[in-house]
Amino acid sequence: MTILSRRKFLHTSTAAAAATLASPIIARAQSDTIKVGGLHDLSGALDAVGVPMNQVFQMAIKEINEAGGLLGREVEAVIYDPQSNMSLYSQYATQMALRDQVDVVMGGITSASRETIRPIFHRYDTFYFYNTQYEGGVCDRNEITLGTTPAQTVARLIPYGMNLYGKKVYTIAADYNYGHITAAWVKRYVEENGGEVIETEFFPLDVAQFGSTISKIQGAAPDFVLSALVGTSHLGFYRQWAAAGMKSEIPVMSTVLGAGGSDQLILTAEEGNGITASFGYFEEIDNPTNKAFLERVAQEYPDKDWVMSEISEVTYEGMMIWADAVREAGTTERDPLLEVLTSGKAYDLPAGKVKIDPKTQHAIRDVYIAELQDQVFNIKESFPDSPPTDTQMVCDLVENPDSNQHFEISL
Amino acid sequence: MEKPVTRDPGFYVMVAIGLAVMFIAPVMLDLFTIMQITQYVVLSVFALSLGYIWGFGGILSFGQAAFFGLGAYTFAVASINMGSTTIPMVLAFVIPTLFGAALGYFMFYGRLSDVYLGVVTLVVALIFWKLINHTAGPEYSIGSARLGGFNGIPSIPTLHVPGDPSAWLDPGQMFQVFMGFLLVIYVALRFLIASDFGRVSISIRENETRSSLLGYDVRKHKVIVFAIGGGIAGIAGAMWATYQAFIDPNSVSMEMSAKALVWVMAGGVGTLVGPIIGCILLQWLTLQLGTVDVVNSIAVLGAIMMVLVLALPKGIVPTARSLLLGGYILWKRNQGQAISGKVVKE
Amino acid sequence: MDYTIVVALEMVRAVAWLVLLASGLAIIFGMMRIINFAHGEFLMLGGYTVVISTGHGVNEWIAMLVLAPIVVGIFGVLVERLVIQRLYGRILDSLLATWGLSMLMIGGVTMIFGNSVTGVATPLGGMSIGAYQVPRYNFVLIFAAIALLLAIWAVLKFTKAGLIARATMQNPDMSEALGIPTRWVYMATFGIGSAITGFAGALLAPLTGVVPTMGVNFIAQSFITVITGGASVITGTLSAATLLGSISQGMTFLTGPVYGDAALLLAALVLLRLLPQGITGRIFKKSL
Repeated sequence: MTILSRRKFLHTSTAAAAATLASPIIARAQSDTIKVGGLHDLSGALDAVGVPMNQVFQMAIKEINEAGGLLGREVEAVIYDPQSNMSLYSQYATQMALRDQVDVVMGGITSASRETIRPIFHRYDTFYFYNTQYEGGVCDRNEITLGTTPAQTVARLIPYGMNLYGKKVYTIAADYNYGHITAAWVKRYVEENGGEVIETEFFPLDVAQFGSTISKIQGAAPDFVLSALVGTSHLGFYRQWAAAGMKSEIPVMSTVLGAGGSDQLILTAEEGNGITASFGYFEEIDNPTNKAFLERVAQEYPDKDWVMSEISEVTYEGMMIWADAVREAGTTERDPLLEVLTSGKAYDLPAGKVKIDPKTQHAIRDVYIAELQDQVFNIKESFPDSPPTDTQMVCDLVENPDSNQHFEISL
Repeated sequence: MEKPVTRDPGFYVMVAIGLAVMFIAPVMLDLFTIMQITQYVVLSVFALSLGYIWGFGGILSFGQAAFFGLGAYTFAVASINMGSTTIPMVLAFVIPTLFGAALGYFMFYGRLSDVYLGVVTLVVALIFWKLINHTAGPEYSIGSARLGGFNGIPSIPTLHVPGDPSAWLDPGQMFQVFMGFLLVIYVALRFLIASDFGRVSISIRENETRSSLLGYDVRKHKVIVFAIGGGIAGIAGAMWATYQAFIDPNSVSMEMSAKALVWVMAGGVGTLVGPIIGCILLQWLTLQLGTVDVVNSIAVLGAIMMVLVLALPKGIVPTARSLLLGGYILWKRNQGQAISGKVVKE
Repeated sequence: MDYTIVVALEMVRAVAWLVLLASGLAIIFGMMRIINFAHGEFLMLGGYTVVISTGHGVNEWIAMLVLAPIVVGIFGVLVERLVIQRLYGRILDSLLATWGLSMLMIGGVTMIFGNSVTGVATPLGGMSIGAYQVPRYNFVLIFAAIALLLAIWAVLKFTKAGLIARATMQNPDMSEALGIPTRWVYMATFGIGSAITGFAGALLAPLTGVVPTMGVNFIAQSFITVITGGASVITGTLSAATLLGSISQGMTFLTGPVYGDAALLLAALVLLRLLPQGITGRIFKKSL
């Protein structure tokens, strides 16, 4: 009740203020270019993930412009670097919404950054695309979420691993929201498949020494290790695991490794070999769209030191899907665009077929399981049209279009 | 020697500027710029807290963010549970003050000094940071507020008129209220520094042994100064929480503590205006750098810091002051007038 | 039984680890009262030296034991000449300047080498203790820590350079009056401290991901070890590392890494309250 009234209040008062002060800018923007905001960390702790996303984002815009722009206008990128800092995220989001008056924003990497900027875009009615794999549960009519969630990836990975290796699982996860929720999903899927999670351990994001854990895992002797470790400090685990000679003893699967497109390069081939992961995109996907896409990327960024990964490819998807909807709806207004987007249209993209689920505004997409070999992921299995069943449990935007929340899916 | 506050023209100038900004800005500027300046106002309060204990109490805290974060989290948890923001704002002052007093007691009665003091404050902030980062699981909630670990607490209520939780402040009003906070804190600190208490704390800063030989209880004094600084940082934290509508462990991070150090350092230790100016300048710069695509913004910021330390070791305000004073003396000399010894000394 | 041995080994490794991390910083802080906030980035530079040079075909061990200390040592001398020497006696300014340096280094390395460089694999593989596998590399770390402390001790105790260094440390003015060029001593000290840090970073490279921002994770631990240890380089570092390393590793085995870290910090806090000048400020006062 109070939240509603507050939002409404803010909404009316700020909209009024923005309208009186900024009307000339709006008028100019409409005759001039279509503005698209990009918020990815280009420096600081997350830059290894943010830089590729931003490059692919710019390439997508270039491609759209080369095809004649949108609605007869050129598409212009408005790019800020939040420097891996949540306060700057909130700053730049406000700046994009109020000052630059962008038509849509792509960006946000961690869930923390998304939860910082999502309410801002919601408040100022700036259409928002979040393109990263995450723990699921966002329910906001103003946001389109294209990345995979645990119900799409973990649900496939666990049975795959249990079939191959056995029923005793040891979970190690990053000590924050994503890690905790993923660990809960792992437990659920393991138990559903008749197995047992013998231990779940959480690690602060800055822990780099895993000696004691490796000993503990050996003591527990699981059939395989499921890792939801995140970030470069945690890469130490895979390295120390290999150093202890454990690679040949207990297999490792991961829900995150390779998500940013640089982990598999930082680890040497011997350290990474045999690690299995599941995402909505791998470079190896065999379809003509993907081949053409990778060729263009290689042309555009010949010196790139990253591998195309889910979150970068999905950033491209975000731009392409949005542009397609703009062409079809003939406007950049959010509501007509949403109508087109949720009409069940299937998009043919490098990752395969992608549809948008009207209930959650998340992607229904193909999901792949792949094994790392010599720094390259080789696809082992694919699962077409996987729906985000986790978010569907808590979110129904058709019923409650006013929802504006990140639900924690309780298991 | 400090002049009585009421006879210092600089004091009136500052208050006048503050009042002018407070009342004119919301009329003149657009919404985005107002929100922007609000940020500087909030962080200026934080800068003042360190500027006070360092410049006027000689206490160097490397972990000032501990109080900032404590205030922010106190406010967030209390306001989410109470649905009102008035009492949480008071709590955000009281709890960090008490914590500051306790930590101050622990340190000053343990005779910790200089670097060791810095490291203890740093360690305390680090412990906070570690523990608050560890609160991601659902079991860590206080009342209806989930602490959220690394992701922090979202949806913190906006400030409202005391007693009427439905009368939320719009960004313009929030700016004015915060500006009011800043002015009140500035004025209060000026008077505190000029009071007997303030003079004693300055004498302790200058020479601890002599002060204690003169019969002042050095340790008690330091504890009080430290606690006041903690309380002010706590208020700043609460303002930050309600301004951003979210709070995360970054508010307790080493980076946040270090930022405050740099602001005070860049602006000038031993002044109150200096930390404010340092804060505004460097925050503005950080923001501008993020909009430039060419260079790595972290590298530029680092280079600027190094240059600042090497070229302006005293800070902007004292350097400007002595330049102005030097110019004034030269000008007087050119006028052919005798310079009174008093002017030179001041 | 096997488990006990493995746990004990891990504890020793944790202690050795802290010794390696902190020694370079301890030398610089203990002798010059300069806080090098870019310490973590010096470690990072050591790591990068190993990764880049092995990428160009240099033998891993040569890169770790020879190249990294030399590169970072030279870099340290440059930093001392350009920045630090202007800041002697200004402990705080040196902190801020080196903090700026740390950001500059993070940004600079990102611009030059990019964000992702393939690391080096941990050499030597694993060995078994009963039912457990442990990396042989752990012994390299322990051995390196012991050798490092012995070397510092021998240099300080038996060489002329060590004598000069100790004299400068105890009373710089008197040493200057006796004709010791303290400026050169400081420069050499900073260079050697940096070289040791580079060495530690090189040993670290095969254990974690080598990225520009990796230094941040180590700076707090290094500092706390040095400050808790107090003024003496060897005894201070060793006693603080032993105490903090075993407490935190013990807690990690018992509960998990969060409380392990928190225990380390809490132990440091209590220690500083009891011994405000660090361990060697009260106990082992006359030691090196």
